[in-house]
Amino acid sequence: MKKIEAIIRKSKFEEVKEALHDADIQWFSYWDITGAGKEREDMVVRGQVFESSYIQRRMLSIVVRDQNLEKTIKAIMTAAWTGELGDGKIFVSDIEETYRIRNGQTGADSLY
Amino acid sequence: MKKGIIATILLTAVSVLPAAAQEVVTKKVPHIDFGNTAWMIVATALVMFMTIPGLAFFYGGLVRRKNVLNILMQCFIIMAMISLEWVVVGYSMTFGTSTGFLAPYIGDFHWAFLNGIGINDISPYFVAQENARIPHLLFVMFQCMFAVITPALIIGAFAERINFKGFLAFSLLWSLFVYNPVAHWIWSSSGWLFKMGTLDFAGGIVVHINAGIAALITAIMLGKRKDYRGHAIPPHNIPFVVMGAAFLWFGWYGFNAGSALAADGLSVNAFLVTHIAAATAAITWVVIDMLVDKKPTLVGICTGAVAGLAAVTPAAGYINLSGAIIIGVVVSVVCFYMVAFVKERFGYDDSLDAFGVHGMGGIIGSILTGVLATPLIQASYSGLLYGNVHQFNVQLIAVVTTVVYSAVMTILIFKLVEKTIGIRATKQEESVGLDETLHNEIAYTTID
Repeated sequence: MKKIEAIIRKSKFEEVKEALHDADIQWFSYWDITGAGKEREDMVVRGQVFESSYIQRRMLSIVVRDQNLEKTIKAIMTAAWTGELGDGKIFVSDIEETYRIRNGQTGADSLY
Repeated sequence: MKKGIIATILLTAVSVLPAAAQEVVTKKVPHIDFGNTAWMIVATALVMFMTIPGLAFFYGGLVRRKNVLNILMQCFIIMAMISLEWVVVGYSMTFGTSTGFLAPYIGDFHWAFLNGIGINDISPYFVAQENARIPHLLFVMFQCMFAVITPALIIGAFAERINFKGFLAFSLLWSLFVYNPVAHWIWSSSGWLFKMGTLDFAGGIVVHINAGIAALITAIMLGKRKDYRGHAIPPHNIPFVVMGAAFLWFGWYGFNAGSALAADGLSVNAFLVTHIAAATAAITWVVIDMLVDKKPTLVGICTGAVAGLAAVTPAAGYINLSGAIIIGVVVSVVCFYMVAFVKERFGYDDSLDAFGVHGMGGIIGSILTGVLATPLIQASYSGLLYGNVHQFNVQLIAVVTTVVYSAVMTILIFKLVEKTIGIRATKQEESVGLDETLHNEIAYTTID
């Protein structure tokens, strides 16, 4: 069992969502995040244009069975790609145990 | 004439109540007019609405999420504190007529605690309706709302870094020793600038320049916010900014149209020019936004509208439609330049542009009043465009005097508060946020 966390562009979210649904991931969680790196983007407030190091991105989190890892990652990689700086990153980590609260299923049975 | 007499006879004949007959007779002397009174109660409530929630949300949205409650609190408590100050001594200091050498500069205390003002007394002040007046107490209330919003405007300059006690002391002293005298000079019948013929219909000088200059001084004296990097810090809630600006626009009808102190043609003209100046300034700002930064912004259109409203304030009772459009265009161009370039060049941290928008808006409007005032609106007042150089000079004198007086007094009051109570929030309070550290509350909790 693997957890996939991906930071992607907000502009690519809809495409990534559809690619994941096509790869049989029926449900995942996501949230808006702000990155504060050395990268900068232009901002305008009341006519003042300045560079801001606060960059808006979206993070997704999905836990999948081992055999579905590759196609899930491929779906994100393809759908989130533009080739410009700032396309994002994907992190994969091991999950020790999972439970489905409704019926007590554990392990791979409770995952996509 | 004959028709008039017949109408009067008929009116008297059909009225069964003696009171109605009496009213027909008393029309020729100053009396309390019910229509004007009804409108002025509404206008007073509209001006109250400008400070809370109008200005509170306009400013509250512009700050960061950790300081929004502090701004709302400052606006709310200024409403309470200055209202009390106003009835205790403020009204008397501002509109009380005194005798002796101080008379042109400050009122005395004979109306302290509104002593001697009865509920049926007639307001000593009127604009065009010499006879159809409002109750004196209503004039007190209407003016109270102006006294409240003026120190509230300054909040924009020192936002996010002032301690609460210092803020209270500064605001109270500033109202007593800056707002009250300046309002006396320009609006009291014994004020020296009033006698010189200064035109300030609804407070471009008294409210906006006065507060705008105090804003610039306090922003400089208090120093920059810790996190200030030479450019604006992005607003935390732009929908609040839009709501606040819209409330301000709405309330401004009471501010300007109410300053006619009657529901008459002059009042409606003020209503019209106020609306059109705001609309023109809003559009102008958006056009500049699109020329300079390529995109129309919400904060931009709101800032433009507020700048237009501030600028038309002194002029509302003297200009016509074309004047309103000119003011709207000029003020947005100047204010945009101030907040986008001048502030950055000089590096003062006027956090929410209280000086750049209100102060500059007031200055533009007050000077343009001396140019655009047309005898078509009030026959006895005209500006430079109509050949009256004198009016233009008087406006300049009033603007310069107010700028100098407000600046000097603000420096003195600031120093006094800084030395006694302390005025700057601590570094810890500033970085954690004033909501949590000064008020023990936070705006956006995670509690259901």
